[in-house]
Order: sequence, then structure tokens, then C-alpha cells
Amino acid sequence: MITITHYMVLSAALFTLGVIGVMTRRNIIIILMSIELMLNAVNINFIAFSYHLQNAIGQVFAVFVIVVAAAEAAVGLGIILAFYRNKETVNIDEMSLMRW
Amino acid sequence: MVEAVAFYSLAALILGFGVLVVTAKSTVHSVLFLVADFLCVAALYVTLQAQFLAVIQVMVYAGGIVVLYLFVVMLVNLKRPPEAHSDPRRMGRLGLVMAAAVMVELVAIFALGWSKPEVTGGGGLSPNNVEQLGRLLYQDYLIPFEVASVLLLVAMIGAIVLAKREL
Repeated sequence: MITITHYMVLSAALFTLGVIGVMTRRNIIIILMSIELMLNAVNINFIAFSYHLQNAIGQVFAVFVIVVAAAEAAVGLGIILAFYRNKETVNIDEMSLMRW
Repeated sequence: MVEAVAFYSLAALILGFGVLVVTAKSTVHSVLFLVADFLCVAALYVTLQAQFLAVIQVMVYAGGIVVLYLFVVMLVNLKRPPEAHSDPRRMGRLGLVMAAAVMVELVAIFALGWSKPEVTGGGGLSPNNVEQLGRLLYQDYLIPFEVASVLLLVAMIGAIVLAKREL
């Protein structure tokens, strides 16, 4: 029997994978992909709750999360391209222009 | 029984591809594993009676966002791979420890702090709920829906402005 807890643990594990990617990788493109993984984990939670509570509102919010993920990917990749044009790198350690 | 087999195999695939996305050496491989991961998540949505979300996941994530990533990976032609040299002040181990702390915290919240919430509205979930979802989006959630469309427009203009050499 698969309960809601199974889905929540799966989502927590996927979210943690995203956190590990953000914390340990140096390539900013992979960091953005890890953020997409985290948003997917959130969506799994929304849809699992929508199924277990028999309520369609969870799916509505999952649609909004997908919208925000698409907007984030477009703007984030635009920033990466603009940065690459100036500094010829995608290494997060060299993006220290605004570091205090 | 069938439900359990489907859940465990899909969960193993999702987590396995997720690990590969985070650990792959080449960025292109990472993007391809990300596509596989998104497709497995879409299959999980089908088992949860969210057919519309599964189609959207395949179209928007596996079709749109990942193509965008692939284009950027190919435009950004790396002479010096980012993993080759690192900042001496960087603390990678600390990142792993903090990620483990996040995992422990999330599992603790889920295991200890869950009570069945009272939800009103929505009106049940029929097995074929695309029509229901459309009604909710266009009636109860019309204003958030329009705000989301404005957000997409702003993101589109912003991405064009950022990526263009000079206006």
C-alpha cells in the first residue's frame, strides 16, 4: 500500500538532490538544472496531495509552479548568456562581481 | 500491488536519474539525464490521476525548458571547464552536510508534523479530471491565471533584453 508518506519521502529525497547540486557544483548551468529538480519535487508533493485528498486544487498550483519554472529558466539562461559574453566563463566561483 | 510496483520502480528511476544529473561530468549528459528524469516524473503523474499535468510536464519541461538548456550549453563553448580550478575559499563538504541537514529536516517534518488538513472547494477528483481542472483555472483561479500569463510575458521580454547584444 502506497501512502502519502511514500510520496513525501520521494519528494524530500529529490529536493535534497537539488540542494546537493546547488551546494557542490561549480557550473552555473548545472546549478540551474538542480533548481528545476527542486521545483519538480515540489510538484510531486502537490499532485500526491491532490490525489490523496481527492481535490483538484493541488493540480492548479502545480500548473503555476510549472509557469514559474519556465520563466525562471528563460531569465536565468539569459543572464548566463550575458555573463558569458563578458567574462567567458560559467564558473560560479568567478562570478564575484557583486560579492561584498 | 501494481500500484506499489509502479511507484517503487518510478521512484528508483527518478532518484537515479537525479543523481546522474547532479554528478555527470559533461554538461550535455547532465541535460539528457534531466530529460529522462522529467519523463519519469510525468509517468508518476499519470499514476496519480493527473493526466493533464503529465502532458504539460512532457511538453513544457522535456520539450521546452530542456531544449533551452541544450541551446545554452552549446552556445557557451567552454575552453576552461568550470570544474578544473576552484576557489580556495570554497567549502564543498559543508555543502553536503547542509544538504543532509535539509533532508533530515524535511523527513522529520513529514513524519512527525502531518495531520489531515481541512480542504474546502475543488469538489472531489474524478478519474478524468481535465475538464475539472480547466473549470478551476478559468473560474476560481482566473486572476492568478492572468497574473501567471503576465509573468510569462515579462520573462519573455526580459530574456530577450538580457540575451541581445545591444538594443
